[in-house]
Parts: sequence; C-alpha cells; structure tokens
Amino acid sequence: MKLSLAGSRSALRRIFSDKLAARSFLLAASLPLLLLLLMAAALLFRTLPIFQFVSPWEFLTGDLWRPSQGEFGLSTFISGTLWVTLLALILAVPPCIFASIFLVEYARRGTLRGILPAIDLLAGIPSVVYGVWGLLVVVPLVPRLGQFLRGVFGDLPFLTSSNPTGFSILAGGIVLAVMISPIIVSITVEVLRTVPQGVREAALAVGATRWQAIKHAVLPNALPGIIAAAVMGLSRAFGETLAVMMVVGNTPAIPRSVFDPGYPLTALIANNYGEMMSIPRYDAALMGAALLLLVVVIIFNVLSAMVLARLGQEVSS
Amino acid sequence: MSMQKRWWRRAHLEESLFGVLMRLSAVVLVLALAGILGSVLVRGLPAMSWDMITKAPEGGFYLGGGGGLLNAILGSLYLAGGGTVLAFLVSLPIALGLNVYAPSSRWATFTRLTLDVLWGVPSLVYGAFGFLIMISMGMRASLGAGILVVSLLQIPIMVRGMDEVMRLIPSGQKEAAFGLGATKLEMARAVVLRQSLPGIFTAVLLAFGRGIGDAASVLFTAGFTDRIPTSLAGPAASLPLAVFFQLSSPFPEVRARGYAAALILTVLILIVSGLSRALARRLSRNVVN
Repeated sequence: MKLSLAGSRSALRRIFSDKLAARSFLLAASLPLLLLLLMAAALLFRTLPIFQFVSPWEFLTGDLWRPSQGEFGLSTFISGTLWVTLLALILAVPPCIFASIFLVEYARRGTLRGILPAIDLLAGIPSVVYGVWGLLVVVPLVPRLGQFLRGVFGDLPFLTSSNPTGFSILAGGIVLAVMISPIIVSITVEVLRTVPQGVREAALAVGATRWQAIKHAVLPNALPGIIAAAVMGLSRAFGETLAVMMVVGNTPAIPRSVFDPGYPLTALIANNYGEMMSIPRYDAALMGAALLLLVVVIIFNVLSAMVLARLGQEVSS
Repeated sequence: MSMQKRWWRRAHLEESLFGVLMRLSAVVLVLALAGILGSVLVRGLPAMSWDMITKAPEGGFYLGGGGGLLNAILGSLYLAGGGTVLAFLVSLPIALGLNVYAPSSRWATFTRLTLDVLWGVPSLVYGAFGFLIMISMGMRASLGAGILVVSLLQIPIMVRGMDEVMRLIPSGQKEAAFGLGATKLEMARAVVLRQSLPGIFTAVLLAFGRGIGDAASVLFTAGFTDRIPTSLAGPAASLPLAVFFQLSSPFPEVRARGYAAALILTVLILIVSGLSRALARRLSRNVVN
C-alpha cells in the first residue's frame, strides 16, 4: 500500500513536471515571433511622426536629405545600399558556386577536408576585419583598376568616374563579396554533397561528360539549396555596416558608376545616431531607415521560403 | 559521324572551359581569404606589444600616447560572455520546445522561418531597437544594455545551431525512451540533450564568436570608454569599435594600433573556433550512433 502510494506520488510528480516543461518550452518557442513583432512595432512607433511631415512615398523616393531644414528623402541611400549589395552578389555568387563544384566534384577528398574547416573559420571572422583588409588592400587597388579600364576601353557606362580615391561602391562590393563568400561556399558544398551519387552515375552512364553531368543532373537537384545560400549571403551583405562604411566613401550622391562613392542606409544610421536626438524628426527618419532594412529582410526571407518550398516539391517529384 | 564529332568537340571545349573557371574561382577565393589573414598579421604584428593586451589607454592614447587595449578586450569579452549566457538560457528551451514538444507541427515550421528572418536582420537594426528600448526606460549606453542586445542577436544563431543537431536524432532513439515509459521531459534529458551535446557546444561558441565580433549592435547600446568596465550600468568599450575608431585617426601610430586591435580580435576568434572544434570532438564520445 505504502509502496504503491509512493509510486503514484512520484508518477504524479513526473507527469506534473512534464506538463510544466511542456508549457514553458512551448512558451519559450513563441519568443522569436514576439521579438520580431516587438522590434517591428517599436521601430514603426518611432517612425510614424515623420509621416505627418513627409508622405511615405516622398520619404522613400525623395532625393533631398537635409535634416536641419526638415527635408528627408532616402533615395540616395537606398540606391547606395542597392548598388553595393548587387555588386557584392554579382561578384560573389558565380565564383562561389564554381569553387564549390570544384571542391565537391573535382578536387581530392583530402583537399575538401583541408579547406572546409578553413572556410568555416573565415565565416566567423568579424566583419570589421574584412573592412581593415578593404582599407589596406582594396581601396588602393580600385583607382588603378579604373585607370586600366579607361586606358583599354575608353569611357564606358557604369565604369567611368571622376572620383580620384578608391573609396567607392566597387570597394564596398568587393569587401562584401569576400565577406559573404565563406558562408555561400560552406552552404553550397553542404548542398552538393547531399545530392545522391546515383544522380551523377545515371548521367555519366548515358554518356555525359563530367561537366554535363553536373550541369544537367547535379545542379538542378541542388538549386533550392544554392538559392538559400545566396539569400543568406544577400542578407549579410545588405545589412553590413562597419566594413562597408570603412571603404565606401559615405558621400550622399546617387552613384553613376561603380567607381563613384556611395552612402548606404546602414552607414547613414551608424554615422548619425549620435546627433539624431538634437534635430527635430531626425530620430524618426533614421528609425524609418532601420525599419526599411527590417521590412526588406522579412520580405527576402518569406519570398525565398516560398520559392524553396515550391522548388523542393518539384525536385522531389 | 561528323555531327557526333562536333558534339564531342563541343563537349570537350565546355568541359575544359568550366574546368578552368572552377579552378580559377577556387584559387581566387583561397587567395583573397588568405590575403585577409595575411594583411591583418603583417600590419598588426609590428604594433603589438605587451602593453597592448595588459594596459588600458593612458593620457593622450589617441594622439599616440601610452597604454593599451585592455579596456576593449575585457569589454568585448564581457559583452559576448554575458550575452552568450543570457542567450543560452533562452535558446535551449526554444530548441527543446521545437524538437520535443512540437515536432513537425506547422507552428514549428513557422517558428523556424521566424528564426531565419531574425538571423538575417542586420545587427544595426538590433542596435537601433535596443537603443529605443534603452531610451524609453531612461537608461544610458551601458554594459548591461549592450549585453542584452548582443544576447538578442545571438538567440537566432544559437537556436538554429541547436535545432539542426536535434533534428538529426533518429526517431527510433526517442521511441525507445518512450517505450521504457519515459515522459517527454525525461526523454529530452536522456536522449535529446545527451545526443546533441557536441552540437549545443558548437552553437554556443559560434554565437559567442558572432557576439564578440559584432560592432553595429553595441555601437548604440554599450558606448565606448577608456576605462575598464566595472559595472553593468557604466559604458563599455569593444574591440571592433576600437578598430574602427582608431583607423579613422589621422595619426599613423594610432592607426597602427587599430591594426593591432584587429589582430587581437582575429586571434580571439581563432581561439574560440579551435576550442569549439576540440570540444565537439571530445564530447561526441558520449553520442550513441
């Protein structure tokens, strides 16, 4: 009798603690959503006052930014962010895919095993260190590259500039491209390795060359993963602050060429947060810029999740 | 016959063209990445001295005077360490909730998407959010506020890392525990925690690394000071900001210290990364396959 009572009491305690854990763990699992909503709400709440002053459309497309005179147009900074991010993606994604294919499909196992830890390690290097490298190596090289291109091709659209320094969109793009490449390579390698060996063998068996097998059999299977890798790189490049600020020039004018300086949104916020409380509505405008970054990141991720879900279905069917 | 020949020639051409492209890409990538470590080492080493890592800045440090970077080194360790502890306390229940109590539900899928979004949110936005919370509570830039924001930034990194290893645990092992009459909580402790321990450590150290290297989030919230931080309510310096501020100086001696700070930061990251690899290998002895 005593024994069974003790037994049932301990059983009750076990069930009780399990129920308690279930409640608290599920509660914890709702924290990420809560954090995201809170972040969006706080930024939106601080941004709203600016819209009594300029319309949302003017705020996004206006090209005058004179806070002390109450003029707030973000388009210069939006274009700075777009230029730098696009350039980084163009410079990073194709070489990273090629390098990953080489590592997985062509290189010896030992090479891959030696290089992968180094790539993972480089993904962990702080962005400010990439900025230091940009300042030391990329910025001095950029004007020479510009002169060389001009000497060979003459004046070209997007490539001709009167900027005598190397602080430019191109420098920012190169630094970001190198910064995101370890992430892209590490994910792409992982994805390529999960493509079943049979897929390659089937293509080779019908007479495909190695590259043809990769192009027609391996890459279509790996496409969703490669897109995911590119989106991760994109988010990192898009929101990077210090590394870009160090090399991009921070001149508020819409760039006409990759050799022109630019002024991305992140740099705008980081450079001016110190004085934003002293000029009316300046804080609302800067928080609006931060909100814009948040909204764009949310849109990217939801879109890529939708694309991945669709592609995943197609590949598996 | 000639069509076949042409086909072969094209295939060969394509094969060798892409072969060259791939090798070139790999070489360029490796060179660029080696160049980063190389340039930080070459410029940072000459400016390194014992003082750099044992002393806080003394008078006229930013004009080339004496002292070192201990304020930033300790500040960064406190910020990342405190943030990691806080983030761990929140992240482990989230990961367990996703994998033990709500596996393969729509809610879990949605939460994972939310975590992906949070992973991609720029650290500057975390900083701006932290700044808003801080001023609405009447706080000033401080070590405590910095730790809070860093922990928010680390949570998605940590949860994703833990989640990834917990999802790989074979369901047979979980069912075996249930078969012995274990509750979900007991199963979580006996199977999920033990099997994913190496992965949990890796996730924690990864988040620590992100925390120590992040600048944009602490720029708003932790401030910067030449003193070694002694209280949660006072401001704290950090290494990435020390790099940034000193590199914008017109004095070459001060810029050289910026390179030294970058070198210290890089070495810290390398240590954390090596530690995580060694720990993961050691702990994986406890894992049953």
